[in-house]
Order: sequence, then C-alpha cells, then structure tokens
Amino acid sequence: MSGAGGNRGRLHAGKLTQPAQVRLQAARSLRKLVAGGLTEQERDCTVTTMSSAEPTRRDFLYIATASVGAVGAAAALVPLIAQMNPDASTIAAGAPIEVDLSPIADGQVIKVFWRGKPIYVNHRTKKQIEEAENVDVAKLPDPQPDSARVKPGHSQWSVLIGICTHLGCIPIAHQGPYDGYFCPCHGSVYDTSGRIRQGPAPLNLALPPYEFLSDTKIRIG
Amino acid sequence: MSGHSTYQPQNAFMQWMERRLPIAGLVYSSFIVYPTPRNLNYWWTFGGILTFMLAAQIITGVVLAMHYTPHVDLAFNSVEQIMRDVNYGWLLRYLHANGASMFFLAAYIHMFRGMYYGSYKEPREVLWILGVILLLLMIMTGFMGYVLPWGQMSFWAATVITNLFSAIPLVGESIVTWLWGGYSVGNPTLNRFYSLHYLLPFVIVGVVVLHVWALHMAGQNNPDGVEPKTEQDTVAFTPYATIKDGFFLAVFCILFAWFVFYIPNFLGHPDNYIPANPAVTPTHIVPEWYYLPFYAILRAIPNKLLGVMALGASIVILAFLPWLDTSKVRSARYRPLYRQFFWAFVIVCIGLGWLGSKPPEGNYVLFARIFTVYYFAYFLVILPILGKVEKTKPLPNSIAESVLLKGKPPLGAPAPPPPLAKA
Repeated sequence: MSGAGGNRGRLHAGKLTQPAQVRLQAARSLRKLVAGGLTEQERDCTVTTMSSAEPTRRDFLYIATASVGAVGAAAALVPLIAQMNPDASTIAAGAPIEVDLSPIADGQVIKVFWRGKPIYVNHRTKKQIEEAENVDVAKLPDPQPDSARVKPGHSQWSVLIGICTHLGCIPIAHQGPYDGYFCPCHGSVYDTSGRIRQGPAPLNLALPPYEFLSDTKIRIG
Repeated sequence: MSGHSTYQPQNAFMQWMERRLPIAGLVYSSFIVYPTPRNLNYWWTFGGILTFMLAAQIITGVVLAMHYTPHVDLAFNSVEQIMRDVNYGWLLRYLHANGASMFFLAAYIHMFRGMYYGSYKEPREVLWILGVILLLLMIMTGFMGYVLPWGQMSFWAATVITNLFSAIPLVGESIVTWLWGGYSVGNPTLNRFYSLHYLLPFVIVGVVVLHVWALHMAGQNNPDGVEPKTEQDTVAFTPYATIKDGFFLAVFCILFAWFVFYIPNFLGHPDNYIPANPAVTPTHIVPEWYYLPFYAILRAIPNKLLGVMALGASIVILAFLPWLDTSKVRSARYRPLYRQFFWAFVIVCIGLGWLGSKPPEGNYVLFARIFTVYYFAYFLVILPILGKVEKTKPLPNSIAESVLLKGKPPLGAPAPPPPLAKA
C-alpha cells in the first residue's frame, strides 16, 4: 500500500516532482515566515502537505471520489446511449399487422410492409407446391425442406421477407426458372419456397414471425 | 504559459507521442502544474462550471437534434415526441432547457466576480473582451434555441427580436427581410435558426480556447488583486484548483438537478406549450429570465431606435470596462467606496430583470428608467470618477502574506516584512 501514497509527488526514487517541490518549499517557507504565529494544528498541517508512505485520508478521499465519479459518469451515459434505441412511437408503428388472405387469388403474390420490411404473401398453386416439395434438400445451397418454411396444413401460403440475403435488394416475384423470385441486382434465383437456388445470395429468404388467426387471416409480427 | 512544458513522460509510448504532438505536455503545464494563486475563493470555480455547462449543452443538444424536425408543421410535435416517446427524451429536453438557464446563471456570476475583483484590468483586457464576445454568442445561441420548439413564445420572440433590426435607418427593413428569408417569420427562418443554433456553440468552444489562452498568458487574478510574486503565492492547479472546481461543480449540479427533476418548467413560460399561431400574439410576451434585464432597458427608452441602441450599448459597454474604471487598485476588497456602488449595480441588474417581467405600465416604467440610468451611469460616470477620488485600503505585500495574516493587521507601511529565506 506504500505505493498509493508514497509515489505521488515523486518522479523517481529520491527526487520530488515539481508540484511536490513547490508544496514542500511552500510549507517550509511559510513555517519560517510565521514561526510564532502557527498553532500546533497549523504546524502539523504544513508538515503533512508532503506525501507519506502510509495511505492517508487524502488517498481514501481521492479513491472514493473517483469511484463515485466513475459510477456517475456511467450513469450519465445510459440515457445518452438509450435515446438512440427505437422510441415508443416507432415501436408502436412496428406492432403486428393482420393480412386478409381471401382476396389473394390462386397463384397471386402480394407485397405488404411490416416494420419497414417488404413481406411477400404467395398463394401458391398445386403445381408450385409439388415442385417445391419434390426437391433433393441436400443439394440446396441452404438446405431446408419446404415443410419447414410453411405452417402445417397451410402449405399453399408462403410468407417471406422479400429482402435478398445477398446485399438487400427486393427480389421480383414470379420470375426466374422456378417461377419463384429473381433478384435483379446480382442475379440470385429463389424458388417458390423462397430458397436460394442460384446466384451469390448465401441464405434462403427469411421468414417473418406470423401465425394463422383463421384460414383466411394471418397476423404478421 | 511560456516555453516548453516541464512534462517528462516515463512511459515509452508517451515519449514517442510527446515528440510528435505534445498535447499531454500542454495539458500538464496548463492544468496540472499550472501555478494558481493560493488565495482563490469559490467565486473562481465558475469558469470550470461554465466549461462543464458548455459541454453538457453540446452533448444534450446533439442528441436532441437526432429527434427534432426543423419544419414549421412538424417542429412542435417533434419536441412533444421527444418528451413522450424517445427513451429518456424528457430528461434530455429538460437538461437542455434548464441547462441554458444554468449556463447563463453561471455566466452572470462569473462576470460579477470579474467586475468585483477587477479581473478586467491590465493585463487582462483582451481576456475580458473575449468574455464579452462569449456573452454575445451565448445570447444569440440561446435566442435561436428558444425559437426551435415553435411554441407561441418561440414564434413571437422571433418576430419581436428580429423586428428590432427594423429600427436601423435606411437598411433596417431589408435586413429584417434578409433575416426572415421571407415576409414574416416562417419556415425559412426556423431552418436557418436551427442551422446557426447548431453552429454557434462550436464557435463558442473556439472562443473559449482563446479565452483560456489569454487567461494563461496573464495568469489568474485573485481576490486580493495582487499578482503572485514568489512560489509561495501559488499552488499547483491539480489537485487544489481541480478539487475546488470539482466540489463546487457538484454543488452547482445539485441546483441544476433540482430544477430538472422537481421544477423543470418553472423557469419557462407556459405559453410556449401552445403551438405557434401567427394570427394571435400572447398578451404577455416575455423572453426567458436571462434576457429580462436587457429587455427592461429596451422598453425603458420611449424611442424605437434609441431603445434598440440602448439594448446594444448595455452589452457593448462592458467591453470598455477596463478603460472606464480608472482605479489603480484591482480588487474591491481594498476599495470600500467602490464596493457600495458595485452592490448597488448588482441590485439594479436584478431589479431590471424583475421589471422586465412586468407589463410596461405605471411605476414599473418609472423604475425601469431610473435603473437604466444607474446602469449606464455606473460605467460612464461612477467608475471613471471613483478611481480618481476614492481612498483605497492598503494592499497586502503578497498573496502569501494576505492568506496567512487573515484577520491580523497586514505587515504594511511602517516596517518591511521579514525576508522569506529559501529552505
């Protein structure tokens, strides 16, 4: 513990730093100046302006103040950083949406927005469902069976986030060799299940959280 | 602060750095070993407090700017969204608005300290003038900031203050149109005020750097007004001044926090929670409290142009203080007659502030005029004459002497002081 108090004011062994020198000088000269006028307490005070080997009250105060200051600084940072998170109105605007499926014809794809992201809702035909299911899953760039990408009993409904997993463009529906989606930016090709088949995209199109409220209504989010 | 710093880094990286960009050495010589008069009292902590408040206003302001929309149709609502929706938005807004009040409070105390202790006197004239420039920048920044929420007071304060320039003969109207960017205060005005409100605080930072530089060239003044002569007169800035500043900053922040958390709208005007309506002027337009004294002076003069000139003069006259005060003695501690006029001046300033909040009728007008006369007479008549005729008390021979002999008679005229022997 001698390091804590003892090294303050010392540059290297033996020599005092300038501030300590000033203090020591001041202490000595003041004592000389008012030799008769200092009380016992004042005399003690001028002597102890020098740093000592024992941890002093001053050391405790320094460390305590610095600790409280550090906690205060951390606490001050919290609102400054938290304010950049989505605010209450943004969170409210990102609430789940309901989509009515009844106007969507067989084979039609519609696009809705949730949390600023485009969502494709695809009413797949029987032919598209069969082609999506009869695939050697192991040969896919991002292997996933079609059944894992639809809700059980509702395989004619494919709900996907329409953002290409390559660099974020919106793939165009009803395009490409699988009648799925085709991204015009760099040529990624997806099937009707939204799985990547050709092109630079690494992953299948993402699935948003959604559930069926009834056979003709889903809630996304 | 002259020549190289005495900083001798032990760490190898710091040695490398010091040779290329000696910023650590600059900080060391300016704020660590910097010789500070040992008799400074707590009135000297307000410079540090002001620096803290400037940083606080910039930080809260930049963060608020992430959520504010500077358009007449959206501004008011964006501020309400900050208050209601943004995480901790209410805290940031109240910190910024009350922070402006605290900033001005600290600035006025800082200035009164300078006037009392003669900190504007030779060789600190430029330091003082830089301070007056800082006050002007603060006033402009605060005014433009208040317009941004686009409440009733925001809009009408903008209208009234920009209309002041129409008093200028010949070019007045053109200047006002130019300021507005239109035929009345509107969206162009709001947009440019937003841009300038974001800019000026950084200009303030630059001038503060000059202000501190000028301060370090002359060295700090002290309550006795006697320059440090020997090492015994000063102590190292760190830890003494650092801790003293830090302590009083904490006390100041308690007052700040009191406003922010318990009475955040006390210093504001409720009419500013009404969206701006260009068709209806509020019955009782008042600026924020820190502009009230100047507002009182403006209204005290019945002539439009002269009123505006008096308003400008009331601030600009401060810049001439070093030459208007003819006394050779710096500190009011040793100027008993000056002290009385000084405190009368402080009461006049506070009185003008109170009168500025009152409707311009009856006795309020009379007293505003009397106080305005005293305000200008203090600078133009009282100070020049006082310095020549007053009898000052004998100064201490040195700071060390005044500190140690507090309460005891000074080692003054008759016998010379005992020599300070070096240890």
